[in-house]
Amino acid sequence: MLDLVLNALTTLFSPDHFLYLVMGVLLGLIIGVFPGLGGIAGLSLLLPFLYGMDEVSALATLVGLVAVIPTSATFTSVLMGIPGSSSSQATVLDGFPLAKKGEASRALAAAFTSSLFGGLFGAIILTFFVQIARPIILLFGSAELFMLAIFGLSMVGSLSGKSIVKGVLACGFGLIVGSIGAAPATGEYRMVFGVDYLYDGLPLVVIALSIFAFPEISELFRKDEAIAESEGLGSGGWKVGMKDFLENKWLALRCASIGTIVGAIPGMGGSVVDWIAYGHVVQTSKDKSQFGKGDIRGVIAPESANNAKEGGALMPTLLFGIPGSGSMAVFLGGMVLIGIEAGPSMVTKDIQLTYTIIWSLAIANVLGAGLSLFLAGPISKLTQIKFSLLAPFMIMVISFAAFQATKDMMDLWMLLIFGIIGIFMKRFGWSRPAFLIGFVLATQAESYLNMSVQFYGWEMFLRPGVLIISVLSLISMYFSRKGTVDENAELMEKSRNDGLPLRPQLLFASFIFIFILISIFDGFKQSFLGGVFPLTIAIACLPFGAWLFWIFIKEKHGNPAIFDAEQVAEPDTFKSPWYEPILWIGGLYVLSVIIGFIPAVILFFILFLTLKGNTGWLQTALLTAGGIGVLLAFGYFLNLEFPQGLL
Amino acid sequence: MTKKLKQILSLSTLFLLPAIVISFFQMDTTAEEIANISTSGKNYFEGKTIEWVTPFKEGGGSDTWARFNASFFQKHIPGNPAIVVNNIPGGGSIKGANLFAERVKPDGLMILGTSGTTQMPYLLDDPRVRYDYSKYKPIMAYPTGGVAYISPSIISEELANLKVNSVEEQTAKSVAIIKELLANKVALKYGSQGPTSLDLVTMYSFDLLNLDVQAVFGFRGRGAGRLAFERGEVKIDYQTSSAYLKNSVPLVESGEAIPLFSFGALDDNGNLIRDISFQNSPVGVFNGDTVRVNVPHFGEIYAALGYQQTGIEWDTWFAFMSAGFGGMKLLLTPKETPDEIVAEFHKGITAMKQDANYKKNKFKALGEYDQPIGKPADKIFDLATNVGKEEKAFMKNWLIEKYDLNLK
Repeated sequence: MLDLVLNALTTLFSPDHFLYLVMGVLLGLIIGVFPGLGGIAGLSLLLPFLYGMDEVSALATLVGLVAVIPTSATFTSVLMGIPGSSSSQATVLDGFPLAKKGEASRALAAAFTSSLFGGLFGAIILTFFVQIARPIILLFGSAELFMLAIFGLSMVGSLSGKSIVKGVLACGFGLIVGSIGAAPATGEYRMVFGVDYLYDGLPLVVIALSIFAFPEISELFRKDEAIAESEGLGSGGWKVGMKDFLENKWLALRCASIGTIVGAIPGMGGSVVDWIAYGHVVQTSKDKSQFGKGDIRGVIAPESANNAKEGGALMPTLLFGIPGSGSMAVFLGGMVLIGIEAGPSMVTKDIQLTYTIIWSLAIANVLGAGLSLFLAGPISKLTQIKFSLLAPFMIMVISFAAFQATKDMMDLWMLLIFGIIGIFMKRFGWSRPAFLIGFVLATQAESYLNMSVQFYGWEMFLRPGVLIISVLSLISMYFSRKGTVDENAELMEKSRNDGLPLRPQLLFASFIFIFILISIFDGFKQSFLGGVFPLTIAIACLPFGAWLFWIFIKEKHGNPAIFDAEQVAEPDTFKSPWYEPILWIGGLYVLSVIIGFIPAVILFFILFLTLKGNTGWLQTALLTAGGIGVLLAFGYFLNLEFPQGLL
Repeated sequence: MTKKLKQILSLSTLFLLPAIVISFFQMDTTAEEIANISTSGKNYFEGKTIEWVTPFKEGGGSDTWARFNASFFQKHIPGNPAIVVNNIPGGGSIKGANLFAERVKPDGLMILGTSGTTQMPYLLDDPRVRYDYSKYKPIMAYPTGGVAYISPSIISEELANLKVNSVEEQTAKSVAIIKELLANKVALKYGSQGPTSLDLVTMYSFDLLNLDVQAVFGFRGRGAGRLAFERGEVKIDYQTSSAYLKNSVPLVESGEAIPLFSFGALDDNGNLIRDISFQNSPVGVFNGDTVRVNVPHFGEIYAALGYQQTGIEWDTWFAFMSAGFGGMKLLLTPKETPDEIVAEFHKGITAMKQDANYKKNKFKALGEYDQPIGKPADKIFDLATNVGKEEKAFMKNWLIEKYDLNLK
């Protein structure tokens, strides 16, 4: 085996192959920075060049591209609180608070070092296991996959905030929202209200952006300061960040293992891996007080997992021709186009190619993380800029990213609607991670449950794999209640809850409750198999809803369920009312519908900068030209679409 | 305040005026060019961009088909237009096809690549469908086939190890397998994407053979179905031609799968024949001896079991097989598109088929099948999109009875 490995390495290090790898890495980094653009966009740019390349060069380019996207996606997750890819959502939880503290460069450095480590770890595991992985991967049947979804849900406990009632309700709300659309078992449409867009369910990108990025943007908008509230560590933070990594190397190792395993199981999907890693670090840490407020471990854990995931995900991709993640689907498509067939032959007659892929992956991770680390210092200065100058860019970026989900104007409307829900969840202390985990795992839990009951009957719970994962889930639940992440813990401690008007909270809780009631009503209209999953979840939520209302009615002010960040905030924190950012963003979308996205963004930039940023002629013109320039350049090179207007 | 207002107004004019001017000029040229297409010496597609709408996700079969062809189209269509593959997935391809129907103009600049999955809901009058095949014509077609196979674990060992030497013997073996399954009342599960996907043809085929197969829905893609087969969760599966050759044939070689029947292929007259894609693929390894004979098609098995290839049940099978496999992938443009524009495409496709790179990579990317244009493509298009009223009604009724699925 060793000679094969070395042989692949020497081929790869020949100058022209290496150059292609670097090209792939650079492209991946640039594309990964833009949230919502993944390997798919990169592939469409690469394809015309892939023809005529030899196999090794083409593979090197492809792997280079795919491997570093989760690396550079970290930039927006940390600096702006915008989840850059589906597997760096959890990074936002602690990465962004660190940026707010002025420690962006530290967070980025720790993240990139972890990415580098995770990527290498994944490649090493792949080297040793690729030839014997097939029977192990086949052990994960639909019953085990269902239990893994439950295991993922058990992480909610550690992330649900101080109030268990609201945590459970947020997760249930997420599960119900996630089950909107065609029922996996029957194809019936649930809660679509006649809207075509909802037939396939809500896209994860849109939900992740609206729940995490939207409320942050809205809050920054109203505070109108720079993202970094203090000078913090400045650009020297990268040394601290790397030291942080070294201090937590065992954590990184554990999370990289989690990442590789989850990635290797086809059907799990990459979007839960960061949450499992994040849940793991919270459960195993003694001092949990800083999580959600800027604990560096909360960055190291998901980042070492999400790059390791790609190595794991290559196993099912190469062995079975079944993509282990979204970017792997693209990789697989690329392989077909250059005439390489994934399948059992990848570990027999094509083993040389497999090792080329593995080494490309390892080197790409080193290059990608190295370059990003180098850029971390300068780029983190972005957090020092006054927000009103940054805001139009961020709003443009999240809108554009959301629109890439299904290229439908509805993407933007959903971003707005769930963005508003996100704002209130943040304000009233409803756990957003709990909601998102529920959302991500809804389809998976339901379809695998349905399949395994049909395949195995109730005996599925006696399968050894299922028993093992059940025990793990129970352990995880036990640990999770020993301490939980709450981004509002500090505010809660010093808040003067007594005598607060409860009406705003009550209204929002009622909204969630009504939504749950509607889903029950809808569930009863479906056939048994089509409706049983959302119905069970919704009915299970009812007692929690009643409990919450009881707390409100009794006005139990000491209870953590009662919380309103808006009313306990220091006076003068916010310079504008809560609805102003919503009006601006909503206005942009209304304008897009009429005159098209690009002209609408131009007007938005000019209006916003002049009125809110108080910029002069030249600055407004330059910033507008810059914003539009980036947008058009991406659109042109990647053949992306923008919303068209009526005109 | 007035200063700010002035700033806003003048900057807006500065930025938006050029955009308005550009879009104004772009609007006129195309219409004029279509009128002069044959008279002007310039290539129609020169400097233009063709959008190839793929109503499926990146990385799947239709996407690969589109992207593989797109690069050669770009090279060989006179004028070298840029070809952009635009993936608009959703609703099992309904969304992208609807969007195409809404936006397309008869100028050849937007083309739609459909699949059997796009044809099925149209043929079954799914209320969500807003595209109408009768308004389109084919630029190119791409037929495919598929093979259904079973796990040897559900049949007797002698039968599993029964050596065959010809297609006829393979047919007899398949028939014996089916008879044994029926005699032992073996209940089977099949991992399906949903009743209105291409799986419809497979599920209907199993039903015609009287096999007791229960479909378990919710599988995302045929690959997931094959994985469940490899795990032993399902004992019967099917794959389309290229996926079968790539990923299921190794299972046949290792004794984990036995081919049962293929869906056959259509000849130039629209008759059902054996699919040449599988003529050299193994049907089993017996005592270290790999046997390569073709896989019998469904019609052969059906006849050998003593059923007549006439009557509504058979006609319905044939109609939906043609729509799902015979005309699996169709590249479409509106009927009104001038023949001159379609001729430009055809020039490119004819040249493409001579390209050494195309010849080299085509088998791996697409399989054995030719990509017909002109008359043969029209014939395939006709078979795939015109299903008789009776067959349609019969299939709808079958869906209601079997899966309680009412498409209204």
